[in-house]
Amino acid sequence: MENKILEIKNFYAGFGKKWILRNINLAIYKNKVTAVMGPSGCGKTTLVRCINRLHEISPQAVYKGDILLDEKSIFSVQPVKLRRKVGMVFQRPNPFPAMNIYDNVISGYILNGIKLSRREKDRIVEESLKRAYLWKEVKNELFKKGTFLSGGQQQRLCIARALAVEPEILLMDEPASALDPTATLKIEELIQGLKKKYTIIIVTHNMQQAARISDYTAFLMLGELVEYDETNRMFTRPSKKVTEDYITGRFG
Amino acid sequence: MGKITFRIYKDRAFKIAVCTLSMLSLIPLFLIIIQVILKGASAINWHFFTHLPLPPGEPGGGILNALLGTFMLIIIAVILSLPLGVLTGILLSEIDNKFTASLRILVNLLQGIPSIVIGILAYIWIVVPLRHFSAFSGGVALGLMMLPMIIKSVEETMKLIPLSLKEASFALGVNYTRTILKVILPAAAGGMASGIIIGISRIAGETAPLLFTAFGNPFLNLNPLKPVDSLPLLIFNYAMSPYAGWQRIAWGASLVLVGFVFLLNVVVKTLAERWKIKF
Repeated sequence: MENKILEIKNFYAGFGKKWILRNINLAIYKNKVTAVMGPSGCGKTTLVRCINRLHEISPQAVYKGDILLDEKSIFSVQPVKLRRKVGMVFQRPNPFPAMNIYDNVISGYILNGIKLSRREKDRIVEESLKRAYLWKEVKNELFKKGTFLSGGQQQRLCIARALAVEPEILLMDEPASALDPTATLKIEELIQGLKKKYTIIIVTHNMQQAARISDYTAFLMLGELVEYDETNRMFTRPSKKVTEDYITGRFG
Repeated sequence: MGKITFRIYKDRAFKIAVCTLSMLSLIPLFLIIIQVILKGASAINWHFFTHLPLPPGEPGGGILNALLGTFMLIIIAVILSLPLGVLTGILLSEIDNKFTASLRILVNLLQGIPSIVIGILAYIWIVVPLRHFSAFSGGVALGLMMLPMIIKSVEETMKLIPLSLKEASFALGVNYTRTILKVILPAAAGGMASGIIIGISRIAGETAPLLFTAFGNPFLNLNPLKPVDSLPLLIFNYAMSPYAGWQRIAWGASLVLVGFVFLLNVVVKTLAERWKIKF
């Protein structure tokens, strides 16, 4: 069996009196890409937002059950500390508009008040941008505003920003849904390269994307985990009828 | 076919009506500006900015006292209202509960209080206990007038910042305070600066609250605890005097004041262009 890094146990989450996720049990393996797929409104986004405790910032957010990171409950550590281990890339690229590309990459350090030497900064910026496959395109305009980049470049900048703080897990909430096919392809290639170093959990409603890039797939429907298995097996021999219906395109 | 021609004519008539009416509304503005320039321009020269007013009958004289006084009052007002206004604006934009809802109503109320009433309050709070008129009391009155403007502009600008930016910062493990100070405030800086400058241009022309606070002073004074003159006060006093020389100074001061307000608006426009932030 592979190395578990994250374990979600009997987990419920929702807003007010309404549960969006019900009784989720799921283990995430280290250095693998896990795709979370399912029809709209099934709770995919809520699930990943619970893993870095961003769910809690919404008013009326509620949850019960537990999530263990390296066998320790994430609810026993400060959210601020947890989020440095669990990075996130959002659906829409959101670079900091008041910062240039260089500062955007190291914003995790700047905003947290961590002082770095000039040399360290240069190294982190270059490395992170290279890992995000953006270095070649921006190395001559590092001091331009990040918002001047194209959508796909902005999204890779956001990935570089998340990687710069060296997280263990990278959460990606439909990172390619606002991008065109070429930019999507670049992001997907990038994810393949990243899994050597990071554990990636990616939300997608696109089945082909899940099949292309992930090692494991979790299929959620109406807030419940229908099936969780190796991607190959799920897409060739799903154990449940609903999963088969979904991946063969009968609904969703 | 005939119907379409009718529609085109109707369309044209509407356009003409809109243009004519908007021209009409601009007429008073142009008249004011022309009048102020015609009467004021002849008074303005270097001497006008660098000298104090002279007794009636003597030719020349300037508005140095009122210029410095106005700047002093503006600086005091900004120092007092800026920190309070920015913090309150942040609070209102960030937290939605019964307390902030009532606070918002009070801020609107404060904005609606006639300036003369604010002047009386500054008189009772500051002039009476200190026993004399002062630039400080005038600054407090103007600061009170500016406070709601700053609060509203900060609140509204901060509310325009997309939530995704805040989430991006949280996701990097940045705490709430730093997120507000280092991500949201800088992103909102352009809009906030515009609001503050518009606020300054409004209070620069205020006369009523200064009548019994800053009071006016024909001499040069840089002590904030002594009375100072301001451009609108000087205009008020000199325009009502029977002396032609003083009236000319009042016109010149009016032109300076209008020019100052115009300049501030130009600054806001360029700031807004330059600091316009794309999300």
